[in-house]
Amino acid sequence: MPGITREEVAHLARLARLELKPEELDHFAGQLDDIIGAVARVSEVADQDVPPTSHPLPLTNVMRADEVRPSLTPEQALSGAPAQEQQRFKVPQILGEE
Amino acid sequence: MTDKNSIIRLTAAEIAGKIAAGELTAVEVTEAHLARIEAVDEKVHAFLHVDREGALAQARAVDEKRARGEKLGPLAGVPLALKDIFTTTGVPTTVGSKILEGWIPPYDATVTKKLKDAGVVILGKTNMDEFAMGSSTENSAYGPTGNPWDLTRVPGGSGGGSSAALAAFEAPLAIGTDTGGSIRQPAAVTGTVGVKPTYGGVSRYGMVAFSSSLDQGGPCARTVLDAALLHEVIAGHDPLDSTSIDAPVPPVVEAARNGTVRGTRVGVVKQFRGEGYQAGVLQRFDEAVELLKELGAEIVELDCPSFDLALSAYYLIAPSECSSNLARFDGLRYGLRVGDDGTRSAEEVTSLTREAGFGPEVKRRIMLGTYALSSGYYDAYYGSAQKVRTLIKRDFDTAFEQVDVIVSPTTPTTAFPIGERADDPMAMYLADLCTIPANLAGNAAMSLPCGLAPEDNLPVGLQIVAPAMQDDRLYRAGAAIEAAFVEKWGHPLLEEAPSL
Repeated sequence: MPGITREEVAHLARLARLELKPEELDHFAGQLDDIIGAVARVSEVADQDVPPTSHPLPLTNVMRADEVRPSLTPEQALSGAPAQEQQRFKVPQILGEE
Repeated sequence: MTDKNSIIRLTAAEIAGKIAAGELTAVEVTEAHLARIEAVDEKVHAFLHVDREGALAQARAVDEKRARGEKLGPLAGVPLALKDIFTTTGVPTTVGSKILEGWIPPYDATVTKKLKDAGVVILGKTNMDEFAMGSSTENSAYGPTGNPWDLTRVPGGSGGGSSAALAAFEAPLAIGTDTGGSIRQPAAVTGTVGVKPTYGGVSRYGMVAFSSSLDQGGPCARTVLDAALLHEVIAGHDPLDSTSIDAPVPPVVEAARNGTVRGTRVGVVKQFRGEGYQAGVLQRFDEAVELLKELGAEIVELDCPSFDLALSAYYLIAPSECSSNLARFDGLRYGLRVGDDGTRSAEEVTSLTREAGFGPEVKRRIMLGTYALSSGYYDAYYGSAQKVRTLIKRDFDTAFEQVDVIVSPTTPTTAFPIGERADDPMAMYLADLCTIPANLAGNAAMSLPCGLAPEDNLPVGLQIVAPAMQDDRLYRAGAAIEAAFVEKWGHPLLEEAPSL
């Protein structure tokens, strides 16, 4: 397995929306490399014909009846919003300038 | 009259009995615990937030209910310390993170609601590793918690605030969550009792998600019976959690009141010892196994080869699920927002917010999960980890054909010094070596005290694991072992803890 480089950490951080500082890149590169080196042991079973388990319970598509029921008021739902306007979450621009 | 110092040493069952009998009021009990928190929590730092007003209001409501002659529930008026991962209407919920600093949830978690409905008095919210990621509570953004047995050592984690509150006699009951051992490991290193119920046994609604296929809330207490009484209050099917099991709660209180291991087949797994295990921990564990024999249990040696891969599988599965779950912390709808100066895009603000709001362990796990799930590595890492999970389930299935419960040390070592493993993730992860397999399989598991390690005089935990939905087996065996130990020691283990 290849080692984790500083550039790879920067790439992972971009994918995960983490604006890491330069010193963090070096620190995490060494640590992630150690961790991945250790947990890579699981690949011992990669060739075995074993079905994967993603969850302890054999549940699929647990649905409730499609009925209107009480829920949070707009005021409650917006109570933790960093910014709001006209009963909506106010967010920074999502699309670029057209 | 019962003075404040003796009130805080009562068990939850005793407190509830005295309140029901009119020997104590819920307000007196609550005031005694609030006074204890005031006296010692500056040193222990078990609580992130103490809700004095809310606790006293709930206590008054219980006393008024009794005065009206209404029947009280089995834990009415008993104080409790709630891990800061459960939402509480009007009371801050931080999950130990700066990203939720100051957040006041607009709704109660199902666990919170059940506690309130039962008349339990919530004293406040306890410290924890950020987002429940850690084994020492050092990853809290609000500073570490001290272990009441030795304040320079960790109280375990992630639920170190809950375990420390119990061991410091700040509360007789607490709630934790257990993703890889976060209830059982803190219980072990503080000489208290902690139970991870069967996955799906306690609702996850309103419990901030870390790794959804592993996370499970559960009871923490100083005695097996108290844990059972609390288990019964918080467990049960919840339509608000689609992974909640729609089946009756196992008869845990009845089991705790009728403890026995006579004729019980008890498995000892050979993979749960060896390198990395402290000699004194193994010594106390071996004595516990001898005790089980004396009490009439049949000991069966078990081989579970897949358990050797459990830690590796866990540290791929849990980070993978965490990298997805924590995507919701985007700085847009609640919590922290950083860098929104009118020129930056939402994506830039999200990245700056997450950088400022998450601590190092959370960042490590998000990136580890992102790596394990990325194309090119998915099959080798996440895919293989899921296969290991199947093999672990099979090993448990085979084991439980031969035995009723499995026992092991809860942790390989006693409480380690604060700072020792803080920047060494792999060393920290080893604390969960024995507890992780039960999470991966979804089984029920308990930790209870089995003595002090001779080399450092710190508590050692005995883990009991039972098949899914057989949680009552933990309590039946646990109550018998607890009674035998208390008889042998002449008193509960916590009486040997230094006074704070």
